[in-house]
Amino acid sequence: MADGATPVLNVRDLKTVFKTRSGSVHAVNSVSFSLNPGELLGVVGESGSGKSVTMMSLIGLIPSPPAEVSGGGIDFGGIDLLQASETELRAIRGARIGFVFQDPMTSLNPVFTVGYQIMEPLRKHMNMSKAQARVRAKELLELVGIPDAERRLSDYPHQFSGGMRQRVMIAIALACDPEVLIADEPTTALDVTIQAQILELMHELRAKLGMAVIWITHDLGVIAGIADRVLVMYGGQIVEHAPVRELFKHPRHPYTRALLKTVPSVRGERAERLEVIEGQPPILRAEPSSCSFAARCPFAFERCLAENPPRFDISPGHDAACFYDFESGAPRASVQATSVTEGAIHAG
Amino acid sequence: MLDDTKSDKILVEVRDLKMHFPIHAGVLKKRVGEVKAVDGIGFDIYEGETLGLVGESGCGKSTAGRAILRLYDITEGSIKIDGHEIGATPQPELRKMRPTMQMVFQDPQASLNPRMSVAAIIGEPLDEHTKLGKAEKREKVLSLMDAVGLNRDFANRYPHEFSGGQRQRIGIARALALNPKFIVCDEPIAALDVSIQAQVVNLLEDLQEEFGLTYLFISHDLSMVRHIADRVAVMYLGRIVELASRETLFADPKHPYTQALLSAVPEPDPWLEEKVERILLEGDVPSPSNPPKGCNFCTRCPQVMEICREIDPLGQEIAPGHQVACHLYKDTEESAA
Repeated sequence: MADGATPVLNVRDLKTVFKTRSGSVHAVNSVSFSLNPGELLGVVGESGSGKSVTMMSLIGLIPSPPAEVSGGGIDFGGIDLLQASETELRAIRGARIGFVFQDPMTSLNPVFTVGYQIMEPLRKHMNMSKAQARVRAKELLELVGIPDAERRLSDYPHQFSGGMRQRVMIAIALACDPEVLIADEPTTALDVTIQAQILELMHELRAKLGMAVIWITHDLGVIAGIADRVLVMYGGQIVEHAPVRELFKHPRHPYTRALLKTVPSVRGERAERLEVIEGQPPILRAEPSSCSFAARCPFAFERCLAENPPRFDISPGHDAACFYDFESGAPRASVQATSVTEGAIHAG
Repeated sequence: MLDDTKSDKILVEVRDLKMHFPIHAGVLKKRVGEVKAVDGIGFDIYEGETLGLVGESGCGKSTAGRAILRLYDITEGSIKIDGHEIGATPQPELRKMRPTMQMVFQDPQASLNPRMSVAAIIGEPLDEHTKLGKAEKREKVLSLMDAVGLNRDFANRYPHEFSGGQRQRIGIARALALNPKFIVCDEPIAALDVSIQAQVVNLLEDLQEEFGLTYLFISHDLSMVRHIADRVAVMYLGRIVELASRETLFADPKHPYTQALLSAVPEPDPWLEEKVERILLEGDVPSPSNPPKGCNFCTRCPQVMEICREIDPLGQEIAPGHQVACHLYKDTEESAA
């Protein structure tokens, strides 16, 4: 890649299919991306776009059956996570890859103290003694800004407010100094003033610890403030990928363009009428054979219904899966169909 | 029709509304306290306008909306809708008023009966309050489906066959069935995806224009409220801390809580976002069963003064149509008088 840094995580052609009695759902379709050390990769998309399933599939958190995860490989520091055994994955999850989920109430165990839950990964993965783990747990609570950390270690999750619980979740995720932190809608369940606190905390933690972060959200405002690079997902695919400012300034996929227009702002211009994306997101019964956005797209033409567009290079680090070329204002010539999958470059 | 649908006529008048829920504890279920969900709020809603009611979870905005429609027996206060005082009206007599005032709920999954077809759901208010014949009723239901953009052919389908956005349209059609004047929209778009939110908001705006509706639009989404509301009231811990026109509130918020709340909203624009000066609030919202002495916001206010911990600030008009409940603006009131 252009910047020369070896990615910490490299995903190629990831596919996840849910096989159910009433048919299969192709939730993730050939997703390829890489994560560079220290960066924050934002993943945006609406419900059902496959953003969470992609990240859960990475580290074997999707129960199989009903799901089947396949693909070209997930390279994490020389280990292929798709080939890794459950024991190997277990050594990675919670240690080298940390997680924060949307709802801190359901992801914390209500019958154990917060201290116990922070100490658990420390004792399992880092072989710390109880006393060592307790010291480290207190440091972690202080790190995530929980006042009176020592005493709070012996409190139970229900004794914390929503924002404080999410801080505890972040403390657990960071306990073993992970190389990668995956945060799945970590602020969605929180009020805006609390969300602002957590986003601020995230800025501080990244500056202090330097881990790479994958931040999944549906909120373009959060993305604008926190991400370095962005993946836009729709219909189980990455439809656009760009550095954050490039994405907001030169969106090159009709879905991204429409999405940016539908979100009102509290500060900028106030539109008299909201732009609308007509129709509904697709139900992914089969692997896409055409563009999954074509039915809602004002730019769609015949080719969009006949082929699934690959990701076309727009500029270095920016690609979009669309046959329409916004630069020239016309459909792309067929010869140009050389797909970029950044992951392929780093095979092996 | 003239394009100016807003009038000077007050359709809804709320005064000193309180909704306290008792807390019972112990074997004998003794009353040990109360949750002051709504603790003395008052405002007017003009005919044809949208009043936005914003605040964070637990501030009492939904309770306020339900109390105004008398889905609860309120603790205290007066509610006048279209000239009728309904604050103390017993529930059976309220039935006569129900067609005038309707509600759209947040979760269309939970507010639609899964065993009833769409036609039955939309037609139910007609069964209850009108004496339409079968054919007339069917025609009315179908025209309501047209009005909210639902395909007529789906009249016999069930709620689970629809997407979230379409289900919300069903809920809106049901609210419209009795030609109401006033609709409380309680977080009608919170459960929907961004691209679908815009569809529903545009629909609500179209219907308002077409039928001359008046909305109380309850939401935690400040950017959507800025889009849809004419005037905005901000709630914190059971009280209205600030009320102003949309332009004034977003451009020149006066209450420290409104300022912090607006500053916390992320901006979907990296260049603007970088310049936003955030006012980060410390700590959490106190419990409404045990609000602090003095101003409800004094425990988190960045500009707290001595007086705030002692005396509860009253709402006062600092400019025409701009009310603030904060001691910072005491002088303005006296000099203006």
